[in-house]
Amino acid sequence: MDRFIFLTVDGLSRGAVFAAFALALVLIWRGARLVNFSQGAMAAATTYIAYSVTTASGSYWLGLASAVAAGLVIGALTERLVMRRVDPSRPLNAVIAALGIVLVIQAVLGILYGSAYRAMDVPFSRRPLSIGGQAVLSPYDLFVFVTVAIVMIALGLMFTRTGVGLKMRAAAFNPDMARLLGVDVGRMLTLSWALAGAVGGLAALLVVPTELGAHPHATDLVFVYAFTAAVVGGLDSPVGAVGGGLCVGLVLSYVSGYSGSDLSAVVILAVLTVVLLVRPAGLLSRPAARQV
Amino acid sequence: MTGTASGSLRIRELTAGYGGPAVLHDVDLDVHPGTIAAVVGANGAGKTTLLRAVSGLAPRCTGSITWEGTELRGTRVEDLVRRGVAHVPEGRGVITELTVEENLRLGHLWRKDPADGRRAVAEVFEMFEPLARRRASAGHLLSGGERQMLAIGRALVGRPRLLLLDEPSLGLAPKVTAQIMALLRHLRDETGLTILLVEQNVRSALSVADRGIVLSLGRVVVDDDAGTLAADADLRHAYLGF
Amino acid sequence: MLDRLARHRLARHLLIAVVAGAGLVALTYALPPFRNYQLATMAAYLCATAGLTVLVGLSGQLSLGHGALMATGAYACALTSAELGDAGVTAPLLLLGPLVAAIVAAAVVGGVVGLAGARLHGPYLAGLTLTLTIVVPAITTTFADQLGGDQGLSVLVEPAPAGLGIAFPLERWQAWIACTAALLTMLLLANLTGSRFGRELRAVRDDEVAARLAGIDVGRTKVVVFVVSAAAAGLGGGILAVLTQSVSPGAFSLAFSLFLLMAVVIGGTGSLAGAVWGALLLVALPELTALLSDNLATSPRLAERLDGNLSLLVFGLVLIVVTIVLPTGLQGLFSSAAGRLRRPSRPSPVDLTHQPTTDTEPTDAQHTSTP
Ligand SMILES: Nc1ncnc2c1ncn2[C@@H]1O[C@H](COP(=O)(O)OP(=O)(O)O)[C@@H](O)[C@H]1O
Ligand SMILES: [Mg+2]
Repeated sequence: MDRFIFLTVDGLSRGAVFAAFALALVLIWRGARLVNFSQGAMAAATTYIAYSVTTASGSYWLGLASAVAAGLVIGALTERLVMRRVDPSRPLNAVIAALGIVLVIQAVLGILYGSAYRAMDVPFSRRPLSIGGQAVLSPYDLFVFVTVAIVMIALGLMFTRTGVGLKMRAAAFNPDMARLLGVDVGRMLTLSWALAGAVGGLAALLVVPTELGAHPHATDLVFVYAFTAAVVGGLDSPVGAVGGGLCVGLVLSYVSGYSGSDLSAVVILAVLTVVLLVRPAGLLSRPAARQV
Repeated sequence: MTGTASGSLRIRELTAGYGGPAVLHDVDLDVHPGTIAAVVGANGAGKTTLLRAVSGLAPRCTGSITWEGTELRGTRVEDLVRRGVAHVPEGRGVITELTVEENLRLGHLWRKDPADGRRAVAEVFEMFEPLARRRASAGHLLSGGERQMLAIGRALVGRPRLLLLDEPSLGLAPKVTAQIMALLRHLRDETGLTILLVEQNVRSALSVADRGIVLSLGRVVVDDDAGTLAADADLRHAYLGF
Repeated sequence: MLDRLARHRLARHLLIAVVAGAGLVALTYALPPFRNYQLATMAAYLCATAGLTVLVGLSGQLSLGHGALMATGAYACALTSAELGDAGVTAPLLLLGPLVAAIVAAAVVGGVVGLAGARLHGPYLAGLTLTLTIVVPAITTTFADQLGGDQGLSVLVEPAPAGLGIAFPLERWQAWIACTAALLTMLLLANLTGSRFGRELRAVRDDEVAARLAGIDVGRTKVVVFVVSAAAAGLGGGILAVLTQSVSPGAFSLAFSLFLLMAVVIGGTGSLAGAVWGALLLVALPELTALLSDNLATSPRLAERLDGNLSLLVFGLVLIVVTIVLPTGLQGLFSSAAGRLRRPSRPSPVDLTHQPTTDTEPTDAQHTSTP
């Protein structure tokens, strides 16, 4: 029972990170109808930036802030310099261009930093605190939950309460009409990419230090988990992404906790295959809502 | 009256299309300030393309479109509202994923004057009772008539000087169509709004319009006083089918 | 006589294959061993890029998992060769058996992915196949007892048959094996794309609804092409295992799958001749960038970092630039130039869509290129 609670909390903590990362994918999917396959590589880059800034300044928080800022910039640049120029009538080309970005980012990171893992510190202890003699939750887990919750609430408020959020939604749902109503759709798209870059960067920074550390490929699996989460939840649905992220986190935690750790990637492949075979529109979305 | 007056639209030698053969050929058309011009014609005549050309949505376009004395072509679509032009497209363009209130808010967001925006929304709710009752409903839950009200209301909250309306009567019951036409007449008479109305429902359109323009295969074949047009039996038989 | 031959597709392709084969044999006698080895590697890549280009270009399905499918073939090849070796089997069965196993194993995996893919559009299938690729190393560690973990497995390969002479270089023999596999793959795929099935594929790609109305079984078509494409990749992987006499997960990274995709995109998706260009580039570019990094690097540390990463960078930039500037690929450039010179082609019997197609379907002339 102890182990179950521990694994559940651990799974939710990792799941929260995947949820945030999946949210970044959903942001771009809703804005541009494409899956940003370079999301992982972008996050690898921001993680290195956090690593460098923290190493130079000694402050975790400065590193975190620069990772978020760099995510904004990298996301916006990716959209402006590459994605905007890809012929929209050939949807595969956007995927291919994004993959080109993956190669470029990973190559640049490899040249700048080499291929050794760079261990990174976390700002709070990862040792679980006990409640009534029962080890439950580490301060770092709490930090992850709070951070992800803040991000989600902030995004939710932005989209539902602010003018720019309304314009972003309008631009995503009906770009032609939005333009006729004075919305600069191109700018909204850039903003979506920038936000996705920042959210993805933040999410990666929450999880990478708990594993082996910064590496050009450190976020490859994070991307896969988040993609699975987004598919489980339905790529159109921010709420689904959060639910999907938590599910994926729990599954991974239970699998690695109760069997060998290496199985988790295999299990994710199985989950993704089954979900795509059975419910391609996502487990958590309304079935008729969308034709995949 | 010349084309430089405020509130006047002047189209000259407009040729427009989508990359293939041109859809509109050498269209000349004037809409005078505070009047309603009705463009009628068969399905596929190019009515929608005409409105799209005016608002910059037609990909291929030559000729001149002068609005209040300055050229409209070359204006970015998203800057159209800032020139006082509102376009209610074919099919209404209600953003169905947003609520009624959000759709309306979108209509005045560009003006960056929230206080007047709220006032304008309140006016629309006064004008369209049913919308006020459904302000929190998502757009896809509205009936056709409610959607048309919302689309026109959303255009009005931007306080435009020119309204481009594409087949507002499409799919609506005659009673609702009559209400919409009465509203257009009211807007023209009370606020001096200039309206370019595209319709297949010739009878309704000519009943409110000052000027009637018949478009056939992309060309203007008749441009006359709306009353004269409605009364001319030969013309009606030749082009309008009633 | 020659004129009639030119009209019969299969006969024409066979003739081309025989001529190309003869040319290749001659080439292997002219090349030094190292170049022969590179030729063999290129032929192995060609199996995969040809399969991938048919999949992406003709059926519009994007796979980022062809590296994983090659890995499947390579591991199947290694495992089978070990089994056969233990059982005392010798050449030629020791060579053919594992390669057949490679094809079958990859085809089975491809069938499962294809089943999912038949119901999915671009990004979903891409995500699934990407996951497949990323999961390969995890699978090899999970089943380390069977698959050897990070170290991988070694592959039992016999030297060239004694009949060819004692001094016959192994590399030339390898080139023969690989080029035979590549030629067979190309021959099969060229016939497939030119056949009724190829036309059905294009119809499905251009407009699924119209294809369905025309009586085409869309799902079956998509699965079949995925299986064929996967089988070709599996053969490529098997050949690669035979060439390197080993398999390890490191050889089939995500980057490798993306390289395959890049090779296809540069050549022009759907063009078999383009697949040859792509395979050539896959072998040539790393060598060129290695040369470049040797000249650029001022310190051994920098050299180590530039090594490999520089080709990654170049491949990535090429991928981006080609997608933006040359959406039809290099071969598209050539064939549009050639098309202007040739007489207008005859209309295709199945013409379901009236939208202008700007893709580069392999025209008859394009099938002629071989390694
Ligand atoms: N997006 C488009 N692309 C190509 N041709 C179009 C497009 N929209 C309309 N057309 C063509 O332009 C012509 C006029 O269409 P339209 O302006 O919609 O006519 P109307 O509104 O009078 O029914 C038709 O022949 C139609 O096929
Ligand atoms: Mg129309």
